Amino acid sequence: MNRKQKRMLARIVLAAALLVGLAFLPATGALRFALYLVPYLIVGHDILLRAAKGIRNRQVFDENFLMAVATLGALALAVYNELAGQEGDYLEAIAVMLFYQIGELFQSYAVGRSRRDIGALMDIRPDTANLERDGKLETVDPDEVPVGSVIVVRPGEKVPIDGVIIEGRSSLDTSALTGESVPWGAGVGDEAVSGCVNLSHVLKLRTTREFGESTVSKILDLVENASSRKSRSENFISRFARAYTPAVCCGAMALAVLPPLVRMVGLGLSPNWGDWLYRALTFLVISCPCALVISIPLTFFAGLGGASREGILVKGSNYLEMLSEADCVAFDKTGTLTRGVFEVVAVHPEKNPLRGAVGNPQRGPGVPDRQPAYTDRPVRGAVLVGCVGCSQAGASCAACDAKASLPVGGGKRGTLPGGPDEAALLHLAAHVERYSTHPIANSLRRAYPNEADDCTVEDVEELAGLGVRARVNGKLVCVGNAAFMDTLGAAWHPCARAGTIIHIAIDGEYAGHIVISDVMKPHAKEAVAALKAAGVKRAVMLTGDAPAAAEPIAAELGIEEFYAGLLPADKVAKVEELLAEKAGRKGRVCFVGDGINDAPVLSRADVGIAMGAIGSDAAIEAADVVLMDDDPLKIAKAIRLSRRCLGIVRQNIAFSLGVKLACLALGALGIANMWLAVFADVGVMVLAVLNAIRAMFRI
Amino acid sequence: MKKVYKIEVDCANCANKMEDAAKKTPGVRDATVNFMTLKMTVDFEEGQDTAAVMRAVRENCKKVEEDCEIHL
Repeated sequence: MNRKQKRMLARIVLAAALLVGLAFLPATGALRFALYLVPYLIVGHDILLRAAKGIRNRQVFDENFLMAVATLGALALAVYNELAGQEGDYLEAIAVMLFYQIGELFQSYAVGRSRRDIGALMDIRPDTANLERDGKLETVDPDEVPVGSVIVVRPGEKVPIDGVIIEGRSSLDTSALTGESVPWGAGVGDEAVSGCVNLSHVLKLRTTREFGESTVSKILDLVENASSRKSRSENFISRFARAYTPAVCCGAMALAVLPPLVRMVGLGLSPNWGDWLYRALTFLVISCPCALVISIPLTFFAGLGGASREGILVKGSNYLEMLSEADCVAFDKTGTLTRGVFEVVAVHPEKNPLRGAVGNPQRGPGVPDRQPAYTDRPVRGAVLVGCVGCSQAGASCAACDAKASLPVGGGKRGTLPGGPDEAALLHLAAHVERYSTHPIANSLRRAYPNEADDCTVEDVEELAGLGVRARVNGKLVCVGNAAFMDTLGAAWHPCARAGTIIHIAIDGEYAGHIVISDVMKPHAKEAVAALKAAGVKRAVMLTGDAPAAAEPIAAELGIEEFYAGLLPADKVAKVEELLAEKAGRKGRVCFVGDGINDAPVLSRADVGIAMGAIGSDAAIEAADVVLMDDDPLKIAKAIRLSRRCLGIVRQNIAFSLGVKLACLALGALGIANMWLAVFADVGVMVLAVLNAIRAMFRI
Repeated sequence: MKKVYKIEVDCANCANKMEDAAKKTPGVRDATVNFMTLKMTVDFEEGQDTAAVMRAVRENCKKVEEDCEIHL
């Protein structure tokens, strides 16, 4: 509690104690009134003052003014009764003021608490950096550290600035950034992202960015500016609040004046002014829209906080709202559902022996670990069908029978499928691609580690649009696409395996091909299933790849609809088509991309979701939702979180409105008195606030 | 041009009122008050003296809600 709240609490306690004391005091008449006025003023003097100021500033429908009118009116009625000879009920007016203040205090305390708690969920701001200068450590503001300086991060500290590790080895907790709870083991040469917490050992980093450009600043910026974009629910509530208070006041006016007049003139009964005035004052007590107005933004704030703890950053409550309505999700393939890293998935040598081309790779003297490591993970859905396409023109392809098409890497790491022919083919290809920086060359070299051996590789020549050729151990080896083979006159044939086919020819004779393909992310399939379970009716895959490459992946993932061969502009057009189909109907279109070249599509979709966006500024700019890690399961989680949040919003709206309207009705009928009214008002607010905080919890 | 200001206000409805008051201030194109983060984002019209406009915004906000503060 802050000072203001403590003072308020003291006033409430003092007033309550005085009220209890007064109940036992035998005072009567004017003295009794004066005594009761003391707790009233103690607890409500600020309301009266603010009401007076409100009138001066022409803010008549200010809740302070309404509370002042309601309680003063109740006091006046009590005085009137006293003068009429009955005992006046002063207690009621004071209690209303007291409970109103208790409600306000609770609200301010609860909001302050959740502001801090939720703020802490989002707060990854490092306070200081340990800068090494002339061999000495200085603690400085992260803002003052220039690029390229050396900083030290001790265990328990946050990495303040993005940098490369130059000394030490430690595990880093990236959960604040990615929601990933398993620590990451980082060593020299690894890039440490700011915002991670160093868990075990001292690390020395060379900074690669300024603080303002570092990941942590970018994320903080995003989070802090979130929720300034308001959702439809919030706008509805603020519009409602603007109309509600005046409407209830007019109702109170009418209630005070009309029924007595009707009774007097129309029915010839006594007007009963006092009774109707009391009912009108009850109306005023319920007229404060606080419960509604506080609980809705609080729910969204808690929802945003809870999501950011899971590594899901949502840029505003409007996006949280739209996300909850999502029923069509379009995915980019590469980098979103697949890893975007090409790997060798099959090697199909021709039957003519290759062993003459290079030394037997498995028994290279003095080089123990020479086996190619394709991939240390089983290829997903590893039913690598035989090359049905290879039987083309009657030519039988030995490599394409079951033996050679064994699931690559299905066994233990380093085992070579199919025997030495495959290794030899890979060995040759890796040699030829030795100097190339093309992604395909990288994946070939990765599949055959320790490529640099005693083979002689000379005359390496890259032929644009075709491939690479080189002389390996005296033989001319050409590695490239089908067109390259055609220029050599090598008798190549296609392969049924999906992916990029790399053909290899030795001295102009076709030697076989290697299939390179993108690999699916571990949770991609579950992610699509989870989305469907979460109520997403339509999942669409958009890709720039050829249909032949896209189709098996879509089938594997359970995505019925896919569009292949799309340029970035085509993707925008496709998403616009999806949006147009939605026009006028419920539901929203999400687009999920890896954010590297999807920025236009991300901004075009109702909700653009960027994945693994750390370090990609364009994606953080363009996307509405940023998933900090690479796990596609988070998409469904984000939708589930948003649905729960919006569910709580609706509960709060229905509950607060329902109770208020019921109280108004009961008040008008004279069934609800002022006590009930103030309990309804404060109680509803307390319950709505507690319900709102639920949006922060984990699912 | 957009600028973000830190504010102090106690109730959510008062924050809404401040937002309305800020929006009506001459020189302000749009304004949003975020009660949960206690921030006011003001989008100024072109060529305005932001400091002068913000003084007017603060004055207008004080009129609708006595108990508020904008840190300029």
